Amino acid sequence: MSIVFEWFGKVSYSPHTKIADFARHLKDGRLMASRCRQCGYVSFPPRADCPQCLSGEFAFQELTGAGEVVTFTRIDAAPAGFEDLAPFVVGVVDLAEGGRLLAWFGDTIPEGDIAIGMPVQVVPRIFEEIEEIKVYYSLERPGTSWVKTDSS
Amino acid sequence: MTRVGVVGIGHGVFGRRSDASVQELAFEAYREAVQDAKLDPAEIQASVIGAVPEYHKQRSVGGVVQEYLNLNPRPTWLTEVACASGSAAIRTAWMAIRSGMHEVVAVIGCQKMTELTTAEILALMGRVGDVQWESVFGTTFPGYYAMFAQRHRHEFGTTDEQLAQVAIKNHYYGARNEKALFRKEVTLEKALASDPVASPLRVYDCCANADGAACVILAAEPRAREITDKTVWLDGLGCASASMSVLRRPDLTGLPSAVDASRQAYAMAGIAPRDVKVADVHDCFTIAEIMAYEDLGFCGRGEGGAFVAERQSYIGGATPVNVDGGLKAKGHPIGATGVSMTYEIVKQLRGECGERQVPGADVGLTHNVGGIGQYCFVHVYRRD
Repeated sequence: MSIVFEWFGKVSYSPHTKIADFARHLKDGRLMASRCRQCGYVSFPPRADCPQCLSGEFAFQELTGAGEVVTFTRIDAAPAGFEDLAPFVVGVVDLAEGGRLLAWFGDTIPEGDIAIGMPVQVVPRIFEEIEEIKVYYSLERPGTSWVKTDSS
Repeated sequence: MTRVGVVGIGHGVFGRRSDASVQELAFEAYREAVQDAKLDPAEIQASVIGAVPEYHKQRSVGGVVQEYLNLNPRPTWLTEVACASGSAAIRTAWMAIRSGMHEVVAVIGCQKMTELTTAEILALMGRVGDVQWESVFGTTFPGYYAMFAQRHRHEFGTTDEQLAQVAIKNHYYGARNEKALFRKEVTLEKALASDPVASPLRVYDCCANADGAACVILAAEPRAREITDKTVWLDGLGCASASMSVLRRPDLTGLPSAVDASRQAYAMAGIAPRDVKVADVHDCFTIAEIMAYEDLGFCGRGEGGAFVAERQSYIGGATPVNVDGGLKAKGHPIGATGVSMTYEIVKQLRGECGERQVPGADVGLTHNVGGIGQYCFVHVYRRD
């Protein structure tokens, strides 16, 4: 059995997780939160175990990916594995349906336009330049479209 | 209730110490502390060591330190909460004494950070955040504080100049501290012209890694008064945690763990923030010191930038902060830092700081943060 969560991120540090299928859904163009089957607690980032009722039963729930920038920084001094991307800008986003996410700004938003409070669309992405399957999400201008496929 | 106090203090020189191993660094601080307390080492009943293991080639570094200090077979254990490991050691030593289990305990904070290659440091640097959801985007330690700074600027108008004022103050005092790594003052122009690290933070907004050690010896009240007449009492302790992930923090303009820990410490010591005459706070980045002023209640939320720009954290101001140079100028050997802060505050309360002495310092505070506030320890010290 392949470790699907290894797909997530340019560098994968911690691929063993109960929410591994998150990466499969992202590859299919879907951004997923977790929803507790017992009490309905929704979380992004997703988590297998409910912090409220302690249930381990969860389901994925698709998010629209609409959000608003909370903060951001341009990283000039990059860590190992990211030197070829530097400098890059990461932002923290409040998702419209709850939860927060951290990601790179994509090509549809020039660096000079980035501001706290601006609306963004979180878009599922595949690293085209990497041979193995590698997925992530980026922050784009609202209205940006992408392809969704059926679960592979 | 039995009071617990500091009866001896020692501090090595911080810096790139290619002349010494981690246990030799620890010995420098330990020797000074034992001599300061005029204590027979046989009276030390246990030790607690604060260090972050992943920087050392020696696995289980506490073992080699305990052996080199000639403290076998006495009990020892290591505390690890990232950059707050030294304060965690002090807290557990205090608990060991208050429980009645031990009467005299040595606390050693030590860290050798230059054993690692640049490549190893860069690899470690990429794993400071939540590795599942954040590190996969190449986040860094400065990057997180940069995002706090960006948010602080957005909500309160904090400027690059105000950030730089923290570096200017801490270098001013570091130049006057013989134990500091950087003993040179810095100008506003130089700070603002330094290379970008993670916007808006520049090189001069960041503290530097260093090797080093510090040691304090704690004792219970009746015994402490027999050892020395200059005991400084640890009367207030606070400790709190906050989420590992920045994504689970509703407010990104401060550290909730620091707010919680300080409220606990103030209540336990029966003081208010304005009673603190001198403080050592965790200025791993300039924005971290500005947030600390606010989290600790030295000024109101959003007023931290003005607080330093108006010289309120200099000697003579409302609350002198990091008049030993702070992490910024002293250097930041992460396991040693909390103990180093304690060393400075004890010296201040004893009145032994020379040109850096805060007049009338009778109540002092340390604020030691682990990571990006996942852990915070606040301690209140008082002299008789």
